[in-house]
Amino acid sequence: MDIILGVRLQDCTLVATSKAATRGISVLKANDDKTRILNTHNLLAYTGEAGDTVQFAEYIQANIQLYLMRENDTELSPKATALFVRNQLATSLRSRKPYQVNVLIGGYDTKTDVPALSWIDYLGTHVELPYAAHGYAAFYCSSLFDRHYRKDMDLEAGLDLLRMCVKELEMRMPIDFKGVYVKVVGKDGVRAIEL
Amino acid sequence: MNTIASQFTQSASSRLQSEYADAQRDFSNAPQLNLAPTIELPPISQPTEFLRAHTDDASNPDCKIKIAHGTTTLAFRFQGGIVVAVDSRATAGNWIASQTVNKVIRINPFLLGTMAGGAADCQYWETWLGTQCRLHELREKERISVAAASKILGNLVYQYKGMGLSMGTMVCGYTKKEGPAIYYVDSDGTRMKGDLFCVGSGQTFAYGVLDSEYKWDLSVEEALYLGKRSILAATHRDAYSGGSINLYHVTENGWIYHGNHNVGDIFYDIKEKEQSFNNVDA
Repeated sequence: MDIILGVRLQDCTLVATSKAATRGISVLKANDDKTRILNTHNLLAYTGEAGDTVQFAEYIQANIQLYLMRENDTELSPKATALFVRNQLATSLRSRKPYQVNVLIGGYDTKTDVPALSWIDYLGTHVELPYAAHGYAAFYCSSLFDRHYRKDMDLEAGLDLLRMCVKELEMRMPIDFKGVYVKVVGKDGVRAIEL
Repeated sequence: MNTIASQFTQSASSRLQSEYADAQRDFSNAPQLNLAPTIELPPISQPTEFLRAHTDDASNPDCKIKIAHGTTTLAFRFQGGIVVAVDSRATAGNWIASQTVNKVIRINPFLLGTMAGGAADCQYWETWLGTQCRLHELREKERISVAAASKILGNLVYQYKGMGLSMGTMVCGYTKKEGPAIYYVDSDGTRMKGDLFCVGSGQTFAYGVLDSEYKWDLSVEEALYLGKRSILAATHRDAYSGGSINLYHVTENGWIYHGNHNVGDIFYDIKEKEQSFNNVDA
């Protein structure tokens, strides 16, 4: 039931994740951040099986940071990062205990000055998209994105679009998800923003 | 020397020969087509699934192995530190196995662990955590942080994920660096930091009372009472919780035990004083 949304804009990528951490019928935490910063221009947002999610995200985070140290602070591009994550999930899928984790990767390519958004599921499916969502949120938000997304949106327009999504989710989702955290991945790196 | 050696070789080889002869006799008695060695394996393809089928009370009430379950435990942070309160009932299926279980494990003078889920799993792994924390102390010449301690446990249970471990625990403690801290760790591998958690079959009842009266600015006395009262609410409504309440207060000087309160004894006192529990006759 966790919500993760991503929108690629003109000069940055937006990632929104729900704040509720639910176990059984109780919300155990109302300020849970379902993202990890991989390097200065790449952000990983995740949903899926409890336990697997954080372990996988932190494993990816550690490996991306290891790459940074080994390669003399050369950052992996958003595309390379996404392909690495996809490869890890595809390898894991054929192991005895696959990671059941779905992710979005918001990135900003500093070489070409192009924002990027990748949708990857636990089967290792990888697509680069202008807007994306995982889980039930996708059922509500995909149509909204299809209707209202424009190629030339700026940050404010993107936030308006996210506000529209959150409003719809609050109205139609049967479970309170305690609002969302929004992160912007742009030229200056990752920063949190109030919706 | 040679004679001794030959004696041994002789006897060894003769023993081997007789064994070989025995085997041959056995084989000739029963027609053996395949002489390759075999290993006996349990006749199941997925041991983890098998274990779950025989222990999961929820999906199969007729299951043969009843794991001790059912609990209410809580811990919350407030202005004066942390309050930890737990019940003391252990149940196996519908059977109340014990009313005097200790569900708070004293990892060291600054760290407490609560137990919910499989009693054996919690007891074993939290005492194991205690040894790991002590080893950390000896190696690093510094007390372990609550974050690190809970991560040791979290990573351990994650290794065993899907193999039948059942535990829901809160690692509570105080360090100079972190202040008072609570981490929730369960057998799914979930580990998270928070201000207030209730864990176990009675969690919803405890949350009800706790959320309605919780404030950060609670005095120590108020906080201890609220912890006790929340567990009481759970023991009243949840058949799998009961017995007595164990209360702890965690401060910068470590934890302080605030006694064992028998639910049967305090219930009517509290009902009288609060004019609550009006569904029960005096």
